[in-house]
Amino acid sequence: MSANGEAIAVHDVCKSFGSVHALIDVDLEVQRGTVTGLLGPNGAGKTTLVKILTTLLKPTSGRASVLGFDVQRQARQLRNVIGLAGQSTAIDELLTGRENLEMVGRLYHLGGKVAKHRADELLDRFSLVESADRQSKEYSGGMRRRLDLAASLVSTPQVLFLDEPTSGLDPRSRLDLWAVIMELVREGTTVLLTTQYLEEADRLADQIAVIDHGAVIARGTASELKKRAGSEFIMVRVLEKGMLPQAANVLLRFSEEEPQLDEHENTATISVANGSSLLVEVVRALDAENVVISDLGLRQPTLDDVFLALTGRTAEDAATSREGESVDGD
Amino acid sequence: MATNERTTSPGTFSDGLVAGIVTEARYVVGDSVVMAWRNLLKYRRSPELLLFSTVSPVMFVLLFVYVFGGAISTGPISYTDFILVGILVQTTLFGSTQTGIGLAEDLQKGMVDRYRSMPMARSAVLAGRILADTIRNVFVVYLMIGVGMAIGFRFHGGFWPGFWVPFLVVGFGIAFSWVAAVIGASVRNVETANSVGFVYIFPLTFMSSAFVPVETMPDWLRPIAEHNPITRAVDAGRAMAQGGPLVDDVLLTMAWIAGITLVCAPWAIWQYRRVS
Repeated sequence: MSANGEAIAVHDVCKSFGSVHALIDVDLEVQRGTVTGLLGPNGAGKTTLVKILTTLLKPTSGRASVLGFDVQRQARQLRNVIGLAGQSTAIDELLTGRENLEMVGRLYHLGGKVAKHRADELLDRFSLVESADRQSKEYSGGMRRRLDLAASLVSTPQVLFLDEPTSGLDPRSRLDLWAVIMELVREGTTVLLTTQYLEEADRLADQIAVIDHGAVIARGTASELKKRAGSEFIMVRVLEKGMLPQAANVLLRFSEEEPQLDEHENTATISVANGSSLLVEVVRALDAENVVISDLGLRQPTLDDVFLALTGRTAEDAATSREGESVDGD
Repeated sequence: MATNERTTSPGTFSDGLVAGIVTEARYVVGDSVVMAWRNLLKYRRSPELLLFSTVSPVMFVLLFVYVFGGAISTGPISYTDFILVGILVQTTLFGSTQTGIGLAEDLQKGMVDRYRSMPMARSAVLAGRILADTIRNVFVVYLMIGVGMAIGFRFHGGFWPGFWVPFLVVGFGIAFSWVAAVIGASVRNVETANSVGFVYIFPLTFMSSAFVPVETMPDWLRPIAEHNPITRAVDAGRAMAQGGPLVDDVLLTMAWIAGITLVCAPWAIWQYRRVS
């Protein structure tokens, strides 16, 4: 085991499928007990990296280890300490929730009694007790995801890999799943998750690595990355559309750039260096000019702004431009 | 904590090489049994599979005996006695395609990704699949013999030869399970695995001695039927059930079983391992 508290270490990992380079010189370090988010559009290489770290794929070159176990030379030991919830829910639809969990426990060689006990614990924890003995094909999408996550936790793994854990879920189920993941982290589990949802990485991850075209193009905390997208934004919403030009004139005094106007939303937005100190002055100036406002806000850049700043295109555009050339299905 | 009660995994060299091999073998067997249990449970839970594997073979026995029975002359033995072993072999072969379909389903749905991220024996996915299909074949074979006996089928070749008929038929099915496993691991798609299965099982079983005596076939077809491994298995089983010279056919059938398994088992394992 590594002494320095590293749960995951990736050095210069490359992965090619024929002439397609899915990963290029990827370096990544994940400290124990933290959550790292791999953020990137479809086909960026996120799933490929997760597959390498969970021993499903061999790297073409480079080294990777989890809790000090090399992914190639110590695959068996490594598999004992990890859990994986892949993109497609890996549950048997014809088996009940309980049977699914017991089967996974037996395949982890927990022994019949322990496997049963562990299944009960997890069913309780994931609010699946009532449907425990129903075939899982009758489960809702959110319940399936919870069962799948429960299955990845049967062996009480120290490092958990979640590949797009909430894709395709409704907002309510997504919030539920986020709560469960945050609880696991509080208990000390190290989590590596991939996501296309900028909001999800922001909410769950201590550290974010942005992946694009198989390479890590930026890393840092959510707020560090946001700083790279530039300054903050002050947004003013006026009560009547007629007041928008007047508001824009006022805002112009506080910024070197032209305010952005949205005539549908009746808003004017400027980017400023230190928004919080200017906010009061903006209100006073607007009041002095008799501009009636219905809403006023200081907005941090979103990770969408970050992606735009880093790659020159939004995450959605990047995803669209790579459709059809996805090599690993992420 | 559950983790602490887990047995040490093999590969840690502290417990010595021999102990390691013993543990590994225990895992292969134990994990295969778990996978087989899971596959059998799925058969029980899925009505169409249950129907496919029990009702349709019984229907085949009844249809062939009553529809074709009067039209086909099988010499000294009755058509019921003639056809039953043929249908046993045909049913087992059709059942063997389930091995490929089930494997393709697991690969397609990402189940195998989870299994491969776990410290279980990798071979258990394939072995558990084949074990489950073998158990199901045993059940179906005895069911069909029961139905056959209800409509007049009898063993005329003595107790011991007759006793071994189900073993021969099921063993032959296992060999073809490996063929299906190669297909399932290659196509990784349930629908394709299903249709490929029909494409080779249908001609193979019909161009054999399963349903009609080979002597009644046209000259160009007869050599093909004679060299068809299914003809060998059916003739061997028939001789065991009804009497007559059987040593050559039994030996040839066993050679076919060994040959097909020796080629297809490593091939299936190789195909399965390169999945990624």
